[in-house]
Amino acid sequence: MTTSTTSSQTPPPRPAGDASASSAQQLSEFVGTMGPIVGLFLVFALFATLQPRTFLALDNLQIILLNTAVVGTAALGATVIIISGGIDLSVGSNIALCTVVIALCRSRNMPVIESALMGILASTGVGLLIGLLVTQLKLSSFIVTLGLWGAVRGFAKWLAGGAEIATAPSWISQLLQMLQPGQRWMIVPWGVWLLILLTLFVALVLRYTRFGRHVFAIGSNEQTARLCGIPVARTKILIFIFATVFAGIAGLLQFSYLNNLGDPTTANGYELNVIASVVIGGASLSGGKGSVFGSLVGALLMTVVANGCNKINLSNAVQDMVTGAIIVAAAAFDQFRQPQETVK
Amino acid sequence: MPRLRMKGVRKHFGATIALDGVDLSVQSGEVLALVGENGAGKSTLMKILSGALAPDDGVMWLDGRLYAPRDPLDARRRGVGMIYQELSLAKDLTVMENILLGMEPTTAGVLRWSEMKRRSAEAMAQLGRPDIDGTLPLRRLSLAERQLVEIGRAICIGCQVLVLDEPTSSLTQSDIRHLFELVRRLKADGLAIIYISHFLEEVREISDRFEVLRDGKSVGGGESAQTPASRIISLMVGRSVDQLYPRSPRKQGEPILEVKHLAGKSKPLDATLTLHRGEVVGVAGLVGAGRTELMRSIFGLDRITSGQVRIGAYVGPASPARRWAEKMGLVSEDRKSEGLAVELDIADNLTMTRLGWLVNPATQAAESRIWIRKLGIRCRSPKQMVRDLSGGNQQKIAVARLLHHDVDIFLLDEPTRGIDVGSKAQIYQLIDELACRGKAILMVSSYLPDLLGVCDRIAVMCKARLGRLLPVDQTNEHQIMLEATGAMEMG
Repeated sequence: MTTSTTSSQTPPPRPAGDASASSAQQLSEFVGTMGPIVGLFLVFALFATLQPRTFLALDNLQIILLNTAVVGTAALGATVIIISGGIDLSVGSNIALCTVVIALCRSRNMPVIESALMGILASTGVGLLIGLLVTQLKLSSFIVTLGLWGAVRGFAKWLAGGAEIATAPSWISQLLQMLQPGQRWMIVPWGVWLLILLTLFVALVLRYTRFGRHVFAIGSNEQTARLCGIPVARTKILIFIFATVFAGIAGLLQFSYLNNLGDPTTANGYELNVIASVVIGGASLSGGKGSVFGSLVGALLMTVVANGCNKINLSNAVQDMVTGAIIVAAAAFDQFRQPQETVK
Repeated sequence: MPRLRMKGVRKHFGATIALDGVDLSVQSGEVLALVGENGAGKSTLMKILSGALAPDDGVMWLDGRLYAPRDPLDARRRGVGMIYQELSLAKDLTVMENILLGMEPTTAGVLRWSEMKRRSAEAMAQLGRPDIDGTLPLRRLSLAERQLVEIGRAICIGCQVLVLDEPTSSLTQSDIRHLFELVRRLKADGLAIIYISHFLEEVREISDRFEVLRDGKSVGGGESAQTPASRIISLMVGRSVDQLYPRSPRKQGEPILEVKHLAGKSKPLDATLTLHRGEVVGVAGLVGAGRTELMRSIFGLDRITSGQVRIGAYVGPASPARRWAEKMGLVSEDRKSEGLAVELDIADNLTMTRLGWLVNPATQAAESRIWIRKLGIRCRSPKQMVRDLSGGNQQKIAVARLLHHDVDIFLLDEPTRGIDVGSKAQIYQLIDELACRGKAILMVSSYLPDLLGVCDRIAVMCKARLGRLLPVDQTNEHQIMLEATGAMEMG
């Protein structure tokens, strides 16, 4: 007997076409991807209505993008880590380390490109260390990166000799500078273009490469990943190295933002902004779920709130409260959209 | 007057009709068995009974009074207790804290420990196990004892209708005997009991009446003891199953897997077997005998401390990746926590072992569609989350992963656990076909008729040691049970 006769013994399977997907689920998925964008749009519209003249000014829109670049770039890496079920609390310290390394290289007259690469290399070194500690000592990434959150910043301060390192002007600072009148054709500054390209790149990696699918598999169910022969430890190390490349690029952008300054105390607390962006973007801290476009929108949403609050003269204290509320609201929205299974 | 009556209960999810007018009633002091294939609507019906879902239509009465629970808590207060397959207990709390969870006796917010002790002791005494100390932390209890605690919690709240959902699926034979004694005792105390199970022998032994659900409808029922199992099965699947275990003439080929004196950390202690192409070898044994560990050591998931596994000419360090490359695949006994990534879609789960450097989602989906069609997996599309499928369909995906990888050696650990009769028949059909095509199958099952029906040779594992492989016609259930329980050594 063949399998076809077996299947005829049970009621015939429903056609396996995408078209027959229930409308409720489709709606839920649509809302899931659109949720952060709708949120961004609403917040944007709110400030645009309250303060159209200053908030909607071209220069201000450019500032919003500039202020998103560093956190947004770091959030790309963090998205990959969070989808795999891990977390990186050391990303802010790592950004600071990167600015210091670039500054040190520059002050020793190393060419710009090499200096930038050294900075990124230092950052991925931290990623390798995280990966090794997580996989070889079987520690949770939360604990490992909590330790490195302090240790890496300490290391950066030690490297810098406890002070900022100012360096000679270079084209790096143009990455995140307001466009000059002659540069209008670029629409947005170099650094923002870089962020857009990197976002596309990570999205493609996650969807169209084996590495990307393994990231989802490990985050969704590590046991299954092991059963399926996925080299879990090696992939986890790769994930942290891959992610810290983006922390390094974020460091480069921060170096640009600080106008060629290596500062071991910069980017303090960025790890929380980065994680918040990823969560607002629809990722789940328990792994298996997330999107880089979402994270980018999340990062943008946070900058828009900060910038908008400034424009309508709300104090810093109020800004912090609003941002906090948005993070919780985003997570609650996601929960509401996907009600947890009942007991069974 | 029946203790519980449900009439015309309907429920739909989107376009899917889960329940299409179900009628059901249970008397006090009666055990009603609810049977049906997975996806027949049993779970939905029970969720409605326990207040987790609201019906679209239909009425329920409890002791003649209208019953429409707002939520599970309301249902519990009205006296409807559910015992799910997966227990909902807090492992770090004590037995009595678990029993009284959510209804702790307090004075001004302070717990009255002595009363808690007394009430949990009463509940455990009613269940016939006064020896279980209420102050023990739950994690020190066996699985069967934990189930008792869960039942104790239902008793303590004054439950009148008790629903047991697949209560025996992870119990040993002797635990099942104890559970049955308990069910009879509770029945004598006047409880109405709804018993859900796939094991028809159990159903016929423990229940007074049975009710069959198929495609969301009640299709029949009757007196359990007087109805032959084959009749119940034909009601469940809507046809008669005379060939649950197909067995085509098979030809044993060359040896493909040789295991010699294999030992792992604690289990197995000593296992030797040879698996040939074109045969199905079964491993019988009690729960905890080390059968799963044997499979895992062979597959490279558990460390091997001594002995060897030879596949073709290769004897060497094992890892799951290595095994897949050698065309060996494993279906885990635990679908949810190991076998499948239930939050990923069907396509990802199916193709996970065989991805190239670059992955084309369209190809993934197309390849999945082939297996969805061949195995009759009921789903909306390859993009559907595995979590949304019924147990039988999930299991088919776990097996399809091996088919897609085109493995030669199938390690199947409890391949039909917790799935409906229809899917079960399909999986056995498939195993037979694979063997005929020269594949080799090593299979673990706790259900002896399955092993006897499907396998060519059977070995029994007892206390982490694997016994001799015997052709299936030279052994029988009695013989296997003797060996599995270690009674052979004594006799």
